[in-house]
Amino acid sequence: MAENDSQKANVVAEQLRSWKSDAVAEVIEFRGDTTIVVPREHLRAVAERCRDASELQFNLLSDATCVDRLPSEPRFELNYQLVSIPKRRRVTLQVRVPGSDAVVDSLTSVWPGAGWLEREIFDLMGVRFQGHPDLRRILLPEDWEGHPLRKDFPVEGHRDIPSASFGIRKGL
Amino acid sequence: MATTTVQSAAGVTKTMVLNMGPQHPSTHGVLRVLLELDGETVVKAIPDLGYLHTGIEKSCEDKTYSQAITLTDRMDYLNPLGNNLVYCLAVEKLLGLEVPKRAQYVRVMLAELQRISSHLVWLGTHAIDLGAMSVFLYCFREREEILKIFELFAGQRMMTSYFRIGGLALEPPAGWRQAIDKFLKMMPSRVDEYEALLTKNRIWIGRTKGVGYISAEDAVALSMTGPTLRAAGLAYDNRKLFPYSSYEEFQFEVPTRTDSDCFGRYMIRIQEMRESLRIVQQALDKIPNEGPVRAEAPGIVPPQREKMKTEMEALIYHFKIFTEGFSPPPGETFVAVESPRGELGCFVASDGSPKPLRVHFRSPSFINLQALPKLIEGRLLADVIACIGTIDIVLGEVDR
Repeated sequence: MAENDSQKANVVAEQLRSWKSDAVAEVIEFRGDTTIVVPREHLRAVAERCRDASELQFNLLSDATCVDRLPSEPRFELNYQLVSIPKRRRVTLQVRVPGSDAVVDSLTSVWPGAGWLEREIFDLMGVRFQGHPDLRRILLPEDWEGHPLRKDFPVEGHRDIPSASFGIRKGL
Repeated sequence: MATTTVQSAAGVTKTMVLNMGPQHPSTHGVLRVLLELDGETVVKAIPDLGYLHTGIEKSCEDKTYSQAITLTDRMDYLNPLGNNLVYCLAVEKLLGLEVPKRAQYVRVMLAELQRISSHLVWLGTHAIDLGAMSVFLYCFREREEILKIFELFAGQRMMTSYFRIGGLALEPPAGWRQAIDKFLKMMPSRVDEYEALLTKNRIWIGRTKGVGYISAEDAVALSMTGPTLRAAGLAYDNRKLFPYSSYEEFQFEVPTRTDSDCFGRYMIRIQEMRESLRIVQQALDKIPNEGPVRAEAPGIVPPQREKMKTEMEALIYHFKIFTEGFSPPPGETFVAVESPRGELGCFVASDGSPKPLRVHFRSPSFINLQALPKLIEGRLLADVIACIGTIDIVLGEVDR
């Protein structure tokens, strides 16, 4: 990452460090945005702290998304965009998850709005969320095979494509 | 239709499962809602989506950064310029590109016109859902005027793709000031007309007041944004809180209310139309007649036609931009703008190649729709229509 500077003091990162020394694995500053990398096992505790601490007050979970970094490991990178309306501040929490064990704690207990965001990630990326009350596919049909936003899923899809001039074109 | 039995305090009663949609005119597209009804009361509601899923995020990964712009138009088809804007801002942030002020003001002006046109479609369709036919016709009459302005600027009424990385696709056309000025003179009295038809209308009040209530705490917890959250009393507007594209230079109010029902959200949107008109007027005064509308960034922003005829470098850059694209530095950015429906976010991750590693859209319709069961459970079946309408969903954006 460019402009990677773990030493630079960021208010949110400092707050989290002073609360729990190993809560922050890395701080990434890029184009004025702060991304705080959190160890997977601390995610839910850190999220709760971000929401409840009076000097943070991240009351709105704006977005959650996942990046597939195949072939590098840890393969999946989950980004949670938090907004503090009272403090007018944004921050990104990042968790890295290995492809062999793509499971993280669900944040639905912290922000109920995470429900559909996590279902979308599960549907398209195949990352599982522990403790999610209703982890089903949301956009794709229930009988869909695979997770199409993964990098090893071809853009054209896996299915055989019927074609008038060439008969059936075999899927990739 | 399946029936199930439930134990209730009064003894054994039956509830009915009713399938609403996906082909239902009041779902504004192809939304399916499974409703468990006890008489006319909704006991449980489960939204089912994905009927319009086209894999836009996956398609973006297979295109160069500039090519992906045309896909963003097609998500929220009532707010194509807003989608262009958020994607361009995200890529520009990734590149560290500064856009000329003139282009920024034009972007603001068109984005606000887009907000008005989107609210007009919302108002018209919401009113027709609740039985007020004439409002629909009036709203679409004015929307047509806005689409004509877009056609003047971009050559397209809906899929404009007018905002490009680094600025605008084209210089504003001849006669654009007169067109906007004419619209600004006509529109305020038209907004009064809609209000005259609805705000004190007893049927309208009966169908919307107290319907679809959600508390501010619940709305924030469910990540709701936009008019719904502002009607609950929180002045959360990205244009004010986290200004982009020079919004900090414009004077406008963020209307809020505390009633947090369908009527409150209607009033918020009406006021937002008036505020948007104020912003358009200011932009009209601010935009200089001369000046660049694209950033000076060889290799990223296409060169001018005249230069290509005289300069070798310009021709080479043009060729390279349209064959292999450009490669932003590795990194990840998230940009959020205020769309008519709420916070529209765009996440772009680059690995240093000419195609994005990941593009993700935080679509406000998708996330606001999550609160639908909360709004309608325990209410009457007829209120379901009012509540789906009041969230203002666009299924193209929900499913992407």
